[in-house]
Amino acid sequence: MFGRLTWQAIPWSEPIPLVAAGVVGLFLAAVVVWVFIKGYAPYIWKEWITSVDHKRIGVMYCLLALVMLLRGFSDAVMMRSQQALAFQGGGYLPPDHYNQIFSAHGTIMIFFVAMPFVIGLMNFVVPLQLGIRDVAFPTLNSVSFWLTAAGALLINISLVVGEFARTGWLPYPPLSELQYSPGVGVDYYLWSLQISGAGTLLSGVNLVTTILKMRAPGMSYTRMPVFCWTALASNLLIVAAFPVLTAVTAMLVLDRYLGFHFFTNEMGGNPMMFVNLIWVWGHPEVYILVLPAFGVFSEVIATFSGKPLFGYRSMVAATMAICLLSWLVWLHHFFTMGAGADVNGFFGIMTMIIAVPTGVKVYNWLFTMYGGKVRFEPPMLWSIGFMVTFVIGGMTGVLMAVPPADFVLHNSLFLVAHFHNVIIGGVLFGAFAGYNYWFPKAFGFRLDEKWGRRAFWLWFVGFYAAFMPLYVLGLLGMTRRMQHFDRPEWYPWVLVAAAGAGLITLGIGAQIIQLAVSIRNRAMLKDTTGDPWDGRTLEWATASPPPAFNFAVMPNVKGEEPYWGMKTKARELAHLLTAEPSYQPISVPRNTATGVVTAFFAVLIGFAMIWRIYWLAGIGFIGVYAAFVAFAWRDRSEEEISATEVARLDRENRFVRTSALAEGL
Amino acid sequence: MRLRALALLLCVTAALGGCTQGVLDPQGPIADGERLILLDALGIMLLIAVPTILATLWFAWWFRASNRAALYRPTWAYSDKLEVIVWAIPALVVLFLGGVAWIGSHQLDPARPIESSVRPLEVQVVSLDWRWLFIYPEQHIATVNRLVIPVGTPVHFRLTSSSVMNVFFVPRIGGEIYTMNGMATQLNLLARNVGRFPGLSAQLSGDGFSDMAFNTDVVSEKGFHDFVVSTGASPNQLDGAEYISLSRQSKSAEVKLFGKVASSLFDDIVSRRLPPGSGPGPTAQAILSQKGM
Amino acid sequence: MSVVSSFSPVDPHHIGHSNLTQRTELDAPGHGEGGPASKSVIVSYGFWIFLLSDIVMFSAFFASFQVLAGDATDAAPRFDLSNVAVETGCLLLSSFLCGIASLCANRRRLFGTEMFLLLAGILGAVFLTLEIREFVGMIQQHQGPADGAYYSAFFALVGCHGLHVTVGLLWLGTMMAQIFAKGFRQDILRRLACFSLFWHALDIVWVAIFSLVYLMRFAP
Repeated sequence: MFGRLTWQAIPWSEPIPLVAAGVVGLFLAAVVVWVFIKGYAPYIWKEWITSVDHKRIGVMYCLLALVMLLRGFSDAVMMRSQQALAFQGGGYLPPDHYNQIFSAHGTIMIFFVAMPFVIGLMNFVVPLQLGIRDVAFPTLNSVSFWLTAAGALLINISLVVGEFARTGWLPYPPLSELQYSPGVGVDYYLWSLQISGAGTLLSGVNLVTTILKMRAPGMSYTRMPVFCWTALASNLLIVAAFPVLTAVTAMLVLDRYLGFHFFTNEMGGNPMMFVNLIWVWGHPEVYILVLPAFGVFSEVIATFSGKPLFGYRSMVAATMAICLLSWLVWLHHFFTMGAGADVNGFFGIMTMIIAVPTGVKVYNWLFTMYGGKVRFEPPMLWSIGFMVTFVIGGMTGVLMAVPPADFVLHNSLFLVAHFHNVIIGGVLFGAFAGYNYWFPKAFGFRLDEKWGRRAFWLWFVGFYAAFMPLYVLGLLGMTRRMQHFDRPEWYPWVLVAAAGAGLITLGIGAQIIQLAVSIRNRAMLKDTTGDPWDGRTLEWATASPPPAFNFAVMPNVKGEEPYWGMKTKARELAHLLTAEPSYQPISVPRNTATGVVTAFFAVLIGFAMIWRIYWLAGIGFIGVYAAFVAFAWRDRSEEEISATEVARLDRENRFVRTSALAEGL
Repeated sequence: MRLRALALLLCVTAALGGCTQGVLDPQGPIADGERLILLDALGIMLLIAVPTILATLWFAWWFRASNRAALYRPTWAYSDKLEVIVWAIPALVVLFLGGVAWIGSHQLDPARPIESSVRPLEVQVVSLDWRWLFIYPEQHIATVNRLVIPVGTPVHFRLTSSSVMNVFFVPRIGGEIYTMNGMATQLNLLARNVGRFPGLSAQLSGDGFSDMAFNTDVVSEKGFHDFVVSTGASPNQLDGAEYISLSRQSKSAEVKLFGKVASSLFDDIVSRRLPPGSGPGPTAQAILSQKGM
Repeated sequence: MSVVSSFSPVDPHHIGHSNLTQRTELDAPGHGEGGPASKSVIVSYGFWIFLLSDIVMFSAFFASFQVLAGDATDAAPRFDLSNVAVETGCLLLSSFLCGIASLCANRRRLFGTEMFLLLAGILGAVFLTLEIREFVGMIQQHQGPADGAYYSAFFALVGCHGLHVTVGLLWLGTMMAQIFAKGFRQDILRRLACFSLFWHALDIVWVAIFSLVYLMRFAP
């Protein structure tokens, strides 16, 4: 009746997950109770949960990412501490737990921290930078977010009900087949990814359509900010790569549930095919993550240098080149699988070629600073930190792209250091830069700068302390995912790495304090004009936070950096350039519960399939279909904001900006 | 407490001699070649990376807003010359390194035999859950968890797995190669010096993965002859049934010796005449049989 | 607030723009220079992108089929090609009728639209019935997906297409009910256009399937 689900699924005998789940559960319950008591529930339902506004959805994505960062990072602290304690036996995590922890760490960080963070930033910023009111498919946007959240929920449930995969973040067969992983762990992984992967794919379709088909009048492709170009490239990659992930996950599901033989040892299965297919997805995936981060840096470095981005043309060319080349390098993830010298050589060369456009980008950022007036607010600190760190990470990547070098470094801690170098130094630093940069736009007040600096330095030093030793350990012959070891020459480096993790913990603590302090001091940190950084792109033309409709009148773009040009002239003339427009009512998409309801049933389907409670899964499918029909059946899909309301909101902003111009700002 | 502090001190001293361990301290021509490529590539990349990092820090500091000596060029956003340089330098470096990669891939291809006047030794490797089985087909002996090879002799490995993917790796002697059930991969290595060198698996293979450490003993000709004789005297026999027993999941690090090995054992494992390891066993069987499979 | 004119230096990025270029508001709708495209263009375009992603997913199944089938040439079953021909005929005719239904919808003819959609759906259901019968027959002859990698790849690929047809039929039924209940509203017409795209795309995938899976096994 309940498939494989029994009371034994709860880890009664394991204190760590029980306590962790207990603490988190209590905290969540407290938050929910507080929300209801204070009467915030209707507001949260109406303004956030059922919202189809890209700005709200973007914020929720980033919030999901930050919350899951805490879980993923806790896993990291456990891994580092286990290794620090596990010299010659010892340690507190038996292998079956330790293997789950690093698998969860990787899965969560990639799928539920990095992806939501960059998708959230793109969601929030792209329509504003394009001068339009929302993305192409607002309700689909909401569905995408909630499906991602559904996947995250399933992974978190695995901590308390059942177990997680023990196969690493990419579950290579035959280890991930039912015969060698008979528990539900791999199933949690597979269904969580299928559900959130569907959300991500739909988000990709959404943003590609938005960027290609919806831009403000006059904004041709070559007038788009570079962040929008990188968003386009990233979403094109999503649309082309995620279906492969869907297919491979489905194949493994079929193997595990219906006895298919895609990747089994016997009956003709081919485990190498899994490795190939998963990396055909996997390599574009890392570019999906890093390209938007590159876009953030392009915006931030230009703004905080007081100059336009250097080399716009070659930036765009490099971005699209990376988009294309990322399909031609996947085999470098398994040079040691024995494909032969010709194949290895080809993919090694292709991998190096892709380093060329990336290098070009670094130089363009470099020359953006040249001749600028560099200000060192936190977004710029993150950007400079990125430039230094990413060069090192990219360098070690090119080193491993030489197959014979990879023969001694594959799967070692050198590899682990490399990819953390580029993902933390690239994606995460970019996410934090974007977070600090666009926070005032989203919430109307800046983040506290002092704590922002502290967070940066703790993260920066902590990162180097945690990961440079791993390069050394890789060269000393230590492989990844070891639950214990007994080579004395490794031990000091493992300890230093653990200390680095401690510093990063302090950095995260500083970020939490930064947020708390900023909320407390929000009156002092208020962004009155909507343009706190002297920005150059159109999102800074709106109020902070922007009204639901973004722009009262869609901007008419006639030159490069339209906002900058307009602002420069307005400053010259000391008044706004245009008279008040004649305000018209604006139609905005209506809120809908479709997203959250679909996700609810998706969680049901996922949980039911994991535990093989097939009747429950059936109910879930019916629920999803019912939600779809309910959405399709509604008669009103938009509601109108009256001209008076539009006028009121816009006039507020015009007044503030006029005052600022009068003061010579 | 004091003992741990002492251990730590010893480790630090050992680590300071870190360059005398691992990948940077090769003990054979294959590892030599791999280290050479690694250091060459590193050197070339550092030529680019170090100036770039220094320039980043220099520009950021010199062009800081408070520096009145720096020239502010608010509209400078394009330069023909810089474009050419900025694309050309990485392209040239990549061109060169690409050549290194192509040639290196061929010269250090694991399947490529090592040129030597000495007749190669054949060793067959089977990765088990979670141990290593080494078969010497020409000597008709086998060991578990201990590899013994003669110094200065090229060794031709054929490798397979009894169940899940693993990676055979002896860092100071040469590179990694996957082991996969139903297939035989190849590796050619040569050890230049006598000694004991650690080996491991570099691919997660389950709960006992960290226990897959083994020792590679490189011994003299005479030492190898003695090893063959003494192992040959062991009463243990490695036949199909014994192999199946070995293929059951176990984290035991015990070194086992077999004096007699069934002649086609390795080929039987590769062709699956001997079935793959059964994994954790009953739970999986129960689930599969529930569906009548 | 609206932007009036450009005050940045002309073409700082050497792209080839000039301040003198004149542009009217509605130059090329949907190409940025004229502002956002109309809703029906946006919806169809977005759906096309989704269809392309779906075809990528099918490609992954096709690729796995080629890999797993390539190793097992002797495992290919003797397919009943007449069955495949009937299935193909059903799908093609179904697509054609769906096209007629679209024409009726353009002319706002309720009866015609509903009838041709119904016929298209019936043919789709016939296709599915034949396919399920073929699957059941194969399983009974120990040529099911658990009997070997070739069959796993076959069932996954052809089954994935069949699953899409099933979802399509569900969508078709919903569309028919919507048109009946609410008439030819703009958003319903947009959805019908998406459905037609989907249905025709499934046809294209089927052509690839019967060529690569059923017919190529018989090449000399």
